[in-house]
Amino acid sequence: MSSVSGTEKGAAQPRKKRRTGIEGRKARIGVLFTLPWILGLLIFYVYPLISSVYYSFTSYSIINPGSFVGLQNYKDLMQDKLFWKSIQNTLIFTGVSVPVNILLGIVIAMLLNAKIRGRGVYRTIFFIPTLVPVVATATVWRWLMNPNYGLFNNILGAFGLGPVPWLASTQWSKFSLVMIAAWGIGQAIVINLGGLQDISPEHYEAASIDGASAWQKATRITIPLLTPVIFYNVVMGVINALQTFTLPYALTGGEGSPTHSLTFYVMHLYNNAFGYMKMGYASAMAWILFLIILVLTLVIFRTSKKWVHYQQ
Amino acid sequence: MHSVRKPRNIGRVVIHLVLIALSVVFLLPFFWMLSTALKSESQIFVNPPVWFPRPMQWDNFKKAVEYIPFFKYMRNTTFVAIMDVLGTVIACPLAAYGLSRIEWKGRDALFFITIAVMMIPTEVTMVPSFILYNKLGLVGTYLPLYITSFFGGRPFMIFLLRQFFMNLPRDLEDAARIDGANELHIYAKIVLPLVVPGILTVALFRFMNSWNDFLGPLLYLSDEKMYTLSIGLQMFTTQYKTQWALLMAASLLITLPVIVIYFFVQKRFIEGITFSGIKG
Repeated sequence: MSSVSGTEKGAAQPRKKRRTGIEGRKARIGVLFTLPWILGLLIFYVYPLISSVYYSFTSYSIINPGSFVGLQNYKDLMQDKLFWKSIQNTLIFTGVSVPVNILLGIVIAMLLNAKIRGRGVYRTIFFIPTLVPVVATATVWRWLMNPNYGLFNNILGAFGLGPVPWLASTQWSKFSLVMIAAWGIGQAIVINLGGLQDISPEHYEAASIDGASAWQKATRITIPLLTPVIFYNVVMGVINALQTFTLPYALTGGEGSPTHSLTFYVMHLYNNAFGYMKMGYASAMAWILFLIILVLTLVIFRTSKKWVHYQQ
Repeated sequence: MHSVRKPRNIGRVVIHLVLIALSVVFLLPFFWMLSTALKSESQIFVNPPVWFPRPMQWDNFKKAVEYIPFFKYMRNTTFVAIMDVLGTVIACPLAAYGLSRIEWKGRDALFFITIAVMMIPTEVTMVPSFILYNKLGLVGTYLPLYITSFFGGRPFMIFLLRQFFMNLPRDLEDAARIDGANELHIYAKIVLPLVVPGILTVALFRFMNSWNDFLGPLLYLSDEKMYTLSIGLQMFTTQYKTQWALLMAASLLITLPVIVIYFFVQKRFIEGITFSGIKG
């Protein structure tokens, strides 16, 4: 309460005037504290955003200032077979990988949420893969999935199965990538676990009194009350999956091989911008990606009203 | 009593069995990394595979760090990561403080913009940023890899820290204000010490991101002497054949520092991630 008397000190001046004085001072202080960030916004966001729009209408490259070409980049993109292929690859991967990760993340988190011994150890085991640099992840899995000498085919061979061509075939390459991505679901597990621990035990107690089975508790209480967290994971998962770059790039040395089955959208963008120096073209691609992300995020938000439940 | 407990125990055993099976799958890549790293050339390409190489070729680790200038790359990576963390822990708390503890006109607008730019995919700003750095003659230096941090250019970190500031008591700064302490003093001496956990979380996230970053160094570093580890790792495969044992040894060495850090500050990590997921 001393705060009130503090600002009330020296109340001789007319109230209105003093108020604007304080507000002016506060505004100055506010701006001063956020000044580095305001500058950062201008230099690293506003300027690049505006120039990106501009570049997308030009044939700019580092070596050649280019000229204004209007909508030509966007028109060219519509004719670019690899552009469509990369969209297809990215969407297929997103459509499979995100649900797989969400499902696996929920199941593992729910198992971990049972009051069992060694929970911390298990949690660590599932989390550690997310700490591995993506390039290292790529190298290990490339070795595990080596068609001739990889461990996977050896194990399958012992059961009389395979060999599976994994990353070497167009049919299997995306599936292989989904598997590798699933190795890194530790963050989602941790987030789910946090969400599970936020669910009030009263709900379960009430259900127990009513004689609910474990399955009923899981499907009627746990999952519905976890939906806000699942929602967060779906949104982040989709946004990240659409921007997949490092894993397929490192796996294929930037080639997207075999036959472009692993050429992801951002890889195609990167190759255009820094391989062929078509920076205007790449800028147009970036905006289309932004649009795709925006639309998908909005769609998910729209549907969320139907399936996301909040406690209380 | 007994009859109630028994099925529960069976349930627990089943849960353990499933978790153990999953753990084996999740740990297998690590085991195989280590196993391969310790193999001689002749043990790598054999069928059925050798699980436990005898004798273990610890020498491979020495060869791996000599095959590429590993320690030089490690120094480079550490330098970039530390600069990134330094910039972040200086600039982001300042912005987060200005967006939470001070009431001023424009604050909410600025916060809205901060959230909005979090949604913009990096690919959109990537090309024009590269062009800008190129004009400034900074391509080929480390600066583009961390300079954004000094301007608070990690909006998610600002967002995270802002939540920490918001959780502090309302009238925390008032007593000091009455005593006529200047705002910077209040910030540095009174408020900042209370959000040290948040700052540590943010520092950790940035360190990890920077250490693991691939695209940044790929874009901006061209001189082999300046490479970071994630780029350097590629050099094992640009040869006619892949040096699997050495590559695995190097991959383990790159991963190790991050895992060691994780074990020291595990709690911070888990808290930070949970926080971003639940409250975000």
